Amino acid sequence: MAAKNKSVFEFSPALESAGHIQLKDQYELFINGKWTKPKSGKYFKTTNPSNEKVIAKVAEANEADVDAAVSAAEKAFKGWSSISGKERGKYLFRLARLIQEKARELSVIETLDGGKPIRESRDIDIPLAAAHFFYHAGWADKLEYAFPNRKTEPLGVAGQIIPWNFPLLMAAWKLAPALACGNTVVLKPAETTPLTALKLAEIIEEAEFPPGVVNIVTGAGATGAAIVGHPKVNKIAFTGSTEVGKIIQRATANTDKKLTLELGGKAANIIFEDAAINQAVEGIINGIYFNQGHVCCAGSRLFVQESVHDEVIQKLKARIENLVVGDPMDKNTDIGAINSKSQLETINKYLKIGKEEGLEMFQSSCSVPSEGFWCKPTIFTGAAQSNRIVQEEIFGPVLAVQTFRTISEVVQKANNTPYGLSAGVWTDKGSKIFNLTSQLRAGVIWANTFNKFDPTSPFGGYKESGFGREGGVHGLESYLKFND
Amino acid sequence: MARLEIKKTYKIYIGGKFPRTESGRFYNPKGIDVNVCQSSRKDFRNAVVVARAAQPAWAGRTAYNRSQILYRIAEMMEGRRAQFISELELQGSSKKEADEEVNATIDRWVYYAGWCDKYQQIFSSVNPVASNHFNFSVLEPMGVVTSTAPEESSLLGISTIIATAIAGGNSLIAIASESKPLCSVTLAEVLNDSDVPGGVVNILTGNKDELLPHIVQHMDVNALVYCGSDKKVIIDLKEKSADNLKRITHYSTDAILSQRGESPYFIKTLNEVKTTWHPIEKVGAVGSSY
Repeated sequence: MAAKNKSVFEFSPALESAGHIQLKDQYELFINGKWTKPKSGKYFKTTNPSNEKVIAKVAEANEADVDAAVSAAEKAFKGWSSISGKERGKYLFRLARLIQEKARELSVIETLDGGKPIRESRDIDIPLAAAHFFYHAGWADKLEYAFPNRKTEPLGVAGQIIPWNFPLLMAAWKLAPALACGNTVVLKPAETTPLTALKLAEIIEEAEFPPGVVNIVTGAGATGAAIVGHPKVNKIAFTGSTEVGKIIQRATANTDKKLTLELGGKAANIIFEDAAINQAVEGIINGIYFNQGHVCCAGSRLFVQESVHDEVIQKLKARIENLVVGDPMDKNTDIGAINSKSQLETINKYLKIGKEEGLEMFQSSCSVPSEGFWCKPTIFTGAAQSNRIVQEEIFGPVLAVQTFRTISEVVQKANNTPYGLSAGVWTDKGSKIFNLTSQLRAGVIWANTFNKFDPTSPFGGYKESGFGREGGVHGLESYLKFND
Repeated sequence: MARLEIKKTYKIYIGGKFPRTESGRFYNPKGIDVNVCQSSRKDFRNAVVVARAAQPAWAGRTAYNRSQILYRIAEMMEGRRAQFISELELQGSSKKEADEEVNATIDRWVYYAGWCDKYQQIFSSVNPVASNHFNFSVLEPMGVVTSTAPEESSLLGISTIIATAIAGGNSLIAIASESKPLCSVTLAEVLNDSDVPGGVVNILTGNKDELLPHIVQHMDVNALVYCGSDKKVIIDLKEKSADNLKRITHYSTDAILSQRGESPYFIKTLNEVKTTWHPIEKVGAVGSSY
């Protein structure tokens, strides 16, 4: 059921097999090392967004379930934080290896549950998740070198709430530094993509982690709120929308919980006339259409220098005609399914707004499957700073194009947003790159590249894109307290 | 006939100028026969505008230059030593205490002057990513900071919060100790004489309880430092800062006034980590076929 594509390149379907994966019909909560039926008695369904078929039923944790998970984590903390860093690190190394061994199974499940192309799960999400554990494993016994002249201690129980766009990878971003620093964890995956986190719980069992060190509870917003509100949770790490991030900040104001937030973005991707245009076009495509645009750091605002506008737009249009939209399990697929019905509705709302605001919309002429949730790659040209599709995060494959003449103009436009997560610059001139990268107010800057991630590289935002970093030596700070 | 003494008018410091509060209000700190400006919300908003305008150029100065300017502040304070001591005595310090506070303050400016061109090397990193990219993380100033000085100190407290913010390239609005405001105004005169560009440091005197709700809800302030231990205030600031996710830090008075007030981590706290990626072309490199 790969979509019919009018591209000059016609590919025969190359479907990944789902035959070898092991999935249960029903998943319980992973609390204190045991699979525990929810006290709520409730289960919710997780579906495949590319065909709307139910994959499994998953337990819904209520306040009592979250309390049990937090208690287990609290009990486990003493042991976990007092074993030597060397031993703690060995658990994480073991976990990294097991993820690598099971990479194929995890990739397939990630794609089935979330709708992202198998090529991306296989080449990016799962290998990077393993890399995050491997990198942080080595920190566990070296923390005294990370913060010169300071004494560090773990915080205690970390409550971690993650989004649906990179389910296993976000779990790894959260768990690896927390565990390496000696904290225990209650993790809640997103309700539309719980399966790889639950598979990870199985791997954690297989790795023989002490019970209670990692607890995984599934559910939606209410479950997350129960974690945020639990008095015995010492740390909240949240990745998600700016709106919810602000709610969490207000909710934890009255506590000593340490908080880090990785929130929304509306990244500027700036292309100068002296850029290598063909490479830049590839980078723009990767910047906005990677993972269906469900990326907080997506390059959703394109700024093109006027002199190359027509050339860039013509090449972008030609390029999106060649993007393969369809079955995420097909190894040829570039753009998979939109993660959920409600997200598709959000994206469609913004397409409507863009048109109503008088912008010119261009979409690939490809067809999309009749079942499931799909959005063709979309470009709006002639956008202005005041347009809502320029101001607001869409979280879909929608690019808004603006033009500029001078450096100061584009810096001003690029920074004129409440967000500050990432930005991109395309030019062949080194001094111009450093001029731009030092003026852009964002936590991650990609110069002549875009959407690259690595466990050694700190990630996180300025302004309303949140605070705190994940990855690298700087990311460890989020999971430690300093006694000096 | 005895000579009539010339009394000093204590004014606030905004954009390198010494206006009175636009509100025309004043207050008398307890036990001190001096009229001090009771700054208003409008004064604060004016200060934010000039602080925002001054910040990029300040961050753009070389670290060496910022370092020299902070050292210059210490030099100028040394020359004003007698005035600071008499103001501290007027505000209740003994001669010995006043002497010690001035010494500690001057030394603290020298301490932070030395950090201006060093903290970057301590806290930056080159990140060994597993791909053909050069990737590095550096600190960048958060932008406009507002800090409230510890109430217990007239000089050392406000000097520390100013030094830690501007050493790291931020501009700031400092709110002076309400009960001991005199040295903050004299400090402003020192700053103005030390090549600190106008607008980089702005100093307001007045009522913290009145000003804080406006500060925390101002959408163009990037970070807020509160020195003190009033739990209710801290909770309120954390809650209200969510509107624009301004960074909130609170320090105990002791952390600022004791020797612990000397640490590059104070500078780091008011900086963001920025990570930059760039591809590395492998053509012609060692091991390539060219």
